[in-house]
Amino acid sequence: MRPFSLETADDLAEALRLGAQENAAGAHVRAPMQYLAGGTNLLDLMKLDVMRPERLVNINGLQRQYGMIEADGAGLTLGALARMSAVADDPVVRRDYRVLSDALRLAASQQLRNMASLAGNVLQRTRCNYFRDTSWGACNKREPGSGCAAMEGVNRRLAVLGVSDRCIANYPGDFANALAALGAEVTVLDGAGGTRTLPFEELHRLPGDTPHIETNLKPGELITGFRVPAGPWTRRSLYLKIRDRESFDFALTSAAVALDLGDDGTVREARIGIGGLVAKPWRSHEAEAALRGRRLDEASAAEAAEAAFADAVVHSETAFKPELGRRTLVRALLEAARLTI
Amino acid sequence: MAEDPKTATAGSPFGKPQVRIDGRAKVTGRALYPSDEPVGNPAYAFLLTSAIARGRIRRFDLGEARAVEGVLDILTHETAGGEAKPPEMQSGGKTTTTLESDRVWHDGQIIGVVVANSYEIAREAAFRVRVHYEKEAPSASFGSPGAEEEVREPGEHKDYRVGNADAELASAEVTVDGWYGTPTQHHNPIELFTTTCAWENGKLTIWEPSQFVYGLRGNVAGQLGIDPEDVRVVSRFVGGAFGSKGGATARTAWIAVAARRVNRPVKLVATRDQGFTIVTYRAETRHHLQLAATRDGRLTALRHEGWELTSRPSDYNVSGTETTARMYACPNILTKVNIVHADRNTPGFMRAPPDTPYMFPLECAMDELAARLGIDPIELRRINDTQTDPTNGQTFSSRHLMDCFDRGAERFGWSRRDPRPGSMSNGDWLVGLGCASAAYPSNIAATAARVSLRPDGHARVQIAAHDIGTGAYTVVAIMAADQLGLAPEQVTVEMGDSSLPPASLAAGSSHTATITHAVAKACGELRDRIARAATTSNNGPLAGRDPATLVLSAGRLTAPDGAAEPLVDAVKRLTPGALEVYAENIPKGLSPEAMETLYKGKPPMSRGQNREDVTAYAFGAQFVEVRVHSRTREIRVPRMVGAFASGRIVNPLTAHSQYMGGMIWGLGAALLEKTEIDPRHARYVNDNISEYHIPVNADVRRVEVIMIPETDRDVNPLGVKGIGEIGIVGVNAAIANAVFHATGKRIRQLPIRIEDLL
Ligand SMILES: Cc1cc2nc3c(=O)[nH]c(=O)nc-3n(C[C@H](O)[C@H](O)[C@H](O)COP(=O)(O)OP(=O)(O)OC[C@H]3O[C@@H](n4cnc5c(N)ncnc54)[C@H](O)[C@@H]3O)c2cc1C
Ligand code: SF4
Repeated sequence: MRPFSLETADDLAEALRLGAQENAAGAHVRAPMQYLAGGTNLLDLMKLDVMRPERLVNINGLQRQYGMIEADGAGLTLGALARMSAVADDPVVRRDYRVLSDALRLAASQQLRNMASLAGNVLQRTRCNYFRDTSWGACNKREPGSGCAAMEGVNRRLAVLGVSDRCIANYPGDFANALAALGAEVTVLDGAGGTRTLPFEELHRLPGDTPHIETNLKPGELITGFRVPAGPWTRRSLYLKIRDRESFDFALTSAAVALDLGDDGTVREARIGIGGLVAKPWRSHEAEAALRGRRLDEASAAEAAEAAFADAVVHSETAFKPELGRRTLVRALLEAARLTI
Repeated sequence: MAEDPKTATAGSPFGKPQVRIDGRAKVTGRALYPSDEPVGNPAYAFLLTSAIARGRIRRFDLGEARAVEGVLDILTHETAGGEAKPPEMQSGGKTTTTLESDRVWHDGQIIGVVVANSYEIAREAAFRVRVHYEKEAPSASFGSPGAEEEVREPGEHKDYRVGNADAELASAEVTVDGWYGTPTQHHNPIELFTTTCAWENGKLTIWEPSQFVYGLRGNVAGQLGIDPEDVRVVSRFVGGAFGSKGGATARTAWIAVAARRVNRPVKLVATRDQGFTIVTYRAETRHHLQLAATRDGRLTALRHEGWELTSRPSDYNVSGTETTARMYACPNILTKVNIVHADRNTPGFMRAPPDTPYMFPLECAMDELAARLGIDPIELRRINDTQTDPTNGQTFSSRHLMDCFDRGAERFGWSRRDPRPGSMSNGDWLVGLGCASAAYPSNIAATAARVSLRPDGHARVQIAAHDIGTGAYTVVAIMAADQLGLAPEQVTVEMGDSSLPPASLAAGSSHTATITHAVAKACGELRDRIARAATTSNNGPLAGRDPATLVLSAGRLTAPDGAAEPLVDAVKRLTPGALEVYAENIPKGLSPEAMETLYKGKPPMSRGQNREDVTAYAFGAQFVEVRVHSRTREIRVPRMVGAFASGRIVNPLTAHSQYMGGMIWGLGAALLEKTEIDPRHARYVNDNISEYHIPVNADVRRVEVIMIPETDRDVNPLGVKGIGEIGIVGVNAAIANAVFHATGKRIRQLPIRIEDLL
């Protein structure tokens, strides 16, 4: 860890003022100023010397203003500083947006969920070990242009969807896949106080040739919250997470599914997110399309899964993952169809 | 100790559940682990470790690091390399070097030490050091180009050739033949690897968690070229060791050197990832296991060949075939072990070092044979059970393997098992039931103890023994209380300090047997002195009695006819202060020089498989239920039952924890634990406990432990066998066998993962 200064913002104006960047170009993860929420990802990476911000701006004081969990007929509003545990346990979220509650509840540990904020959660960075350990020379995400040690190394936990020939890191989070599936929006403020809203699916970027640029946030921009539109599918929803151990483990594969079924079991609408093996939070429009108008059964679920993984690219240790991903999605769809709501 | 006539009392705490005497101190934070011990004005060390596995250090750029304010010193091979020698390993001979030269033997090797006014400064400076290497292509593992294989020579461990196994395998009615593998595993005790060193008037004090304070003392003295008498090692509490704190490692001497150089105490708390490379770990192994049998299930041949991975200079290997060769009656046995050298750090002890990896192939093969023959796996073991050691014809001091199977099977509900693979399920989950034998040699070492007794009935035991979380403090208190007729609360125990009488290495499940015998001996001599004085005095109720018949219990010295004298009076007759006895116990079969060996820091251990009177082992049976999801193939373990016959149990409460902990570890070793190594760079990749997985609570459902009462008069006078390690043995095989039963798939490479079952 390197020396840094710590400032605390009690309100939004102060946060944006303190967060304002001299140079607002480049990737926000590499900027000299970082907002500090729960700190459970940022401080880890600083201790590992992977992130070396010079200034931290503590935004936990904004929780009063941006800690909301509010549902109305049009949807669900979640503040950036709502804690993972609070949202997971919220009775309305549990009943009406079960996939969100599941995704949060199955993530990390209770202690971490008590600390961690929603915005920090969606912005968590990959667990690729070659990225998190600076003694590895080759990591395009950490040192642009240095290569990728994982490509032919230990990569069992990395991605097969959305990868590039520069980086196969996975986006490790759970909640973001559910947000992507439900077509959420994210609200962002810039240093000048301007607000913009973008589809959650557009918050993160694919690695392509620039894996070190992970999101479309500019340095100094602050996430204030998320808006999840209501829909007849949000109740019949769940998040299925497949992992080596029963708890406190990142997903090898996961599926966020939300279904609107007709009385005869026909899929009127499906919302499908994929996790664990994706380069960024992932919504599979292909799988959704494959299901729409079909009766949900083993065969249609399998076709949807085929569609979801059609573009998978595997490496030395990830050959099994598309198959596990497909089975995960099929299982999630069939289990969601069986839910009593 | 109900069976010893001298102390036969109903009130003895021996064998009764006793809460830990140090439990309160531990949960209230008052127990001082070595890095908690206060030292004046310490400086802090941060280790520099190599980022390559093989090559040389061409140059360090230290300018930026030295410029960080508060940096006191940076030790490298150039600045301090001549100031210490490498430690002597417990096992396997030579090991890799660290700062002694520019040579890099393995990933994460200590190549420097930054010393600064605070931990944070030292860490920051360490991040600013640049190292220029001359890299050489490293060999990571078995089969890597450049890995060197050799056949193990007989020496520390033995191999066996009984009859002609190869000929029998070639002509037998039924054979099974399989290749197996176990991965690199790391102990990851929650207490990190720490060392604090302070010099005063040329004398060095080391605070470091240790399973062998005399061993560490002797080693560091040798490394620094000083008199062992000038070194003191303090390790009062150890936050988990499992073998990883058994031998001296290079870091200790370098921290001592650093403290001498900066003329201040120096404190090191190595990071979690450094713990993967600066100490030892469980080596990766491969096995070729072949069995031959008659159609009715009698084994006719066993051939077990092992391969073990180690560092370039070390011959570290384990005695696994010494156990597998003895498990079952078999007329033709051949064992062989090969050592493979690669560019890795030197491995070492980890819970049941030989038996965890070696029993895996044997117990899987027995299951496979049972399936092949259509014989129940338990019955197959019964057919081949024996009271005679098949390698040398000696009898086992006691062996209740089948009692363990029978009691365990009953509790587990084995009779409900449908033997056809894939035949049992529960909802979307396939169900599998598996079992395996467990065994672990009963070891005991020479050790000394000092016991003092005050007239007020308070005893103090001093012994440089080690409580590595097992409950050894409590065992000592129970033993002294039993022998002196006191309650455990009346006994103060001092351990974990090399200024106390020497105790051997806390490893090999030997420590309870070792320390109870030493404490019993010292207490016995105390009792004899009191009894002699009481019987030879002219007055007093016991005058003229035979001192050998007097019993100490419940605070009284009592003759067979009921005449008694309060302990207070009996002690006061000798002294108004405290009576004190120092005694050394050298177990049967060890040479009289054993104590001298121990004082020099080497463990004088009698091993159950090497004895010339009996073969001494504890036995057990492991039962596991697994669930495998029919679609996504996660493997979960809702139930485990372990039944063990391990002699007399001193404290059933802590014994239960030991067994249970071992079984849970077995679950982790079978399904989760694996240190991943990058094959091109020979470097560990998941060197943290976020990605090096051990079971969490949610993985551990019902775990039942059955302790089978066992009287063994031949293993040692108190009939105490070790229990610290047997709990893990065989669990990996029981799980693999259960997975086979659930899915029909034999997985012979650990850990068993989702992708193996897709
Ligand atoms: C052992 C372990 C296991 C875990 N397991 C899981 C798991 O299974 N599933 C899972 O999903 N997660 C898991 N996590 C990750 C955990 O959920 C994240 O660490 C946590 O959600 C991050 O939230 P935080 O508030 O602590 O973020 P911080 O660490 O404070 O911030 C992370 C990043 O987001 C930025 N940031 C934070 N808030 C804002 C904002 N409002 N606007 C702009 N930028 C912002 C910060 O500057 C920083 O760059 C695990 C973590 C650990 C340590
Ligand atoms: S996969 Fe991405 S993060 Fe991992 S080493 Fe390669 S470039 Fe770095």
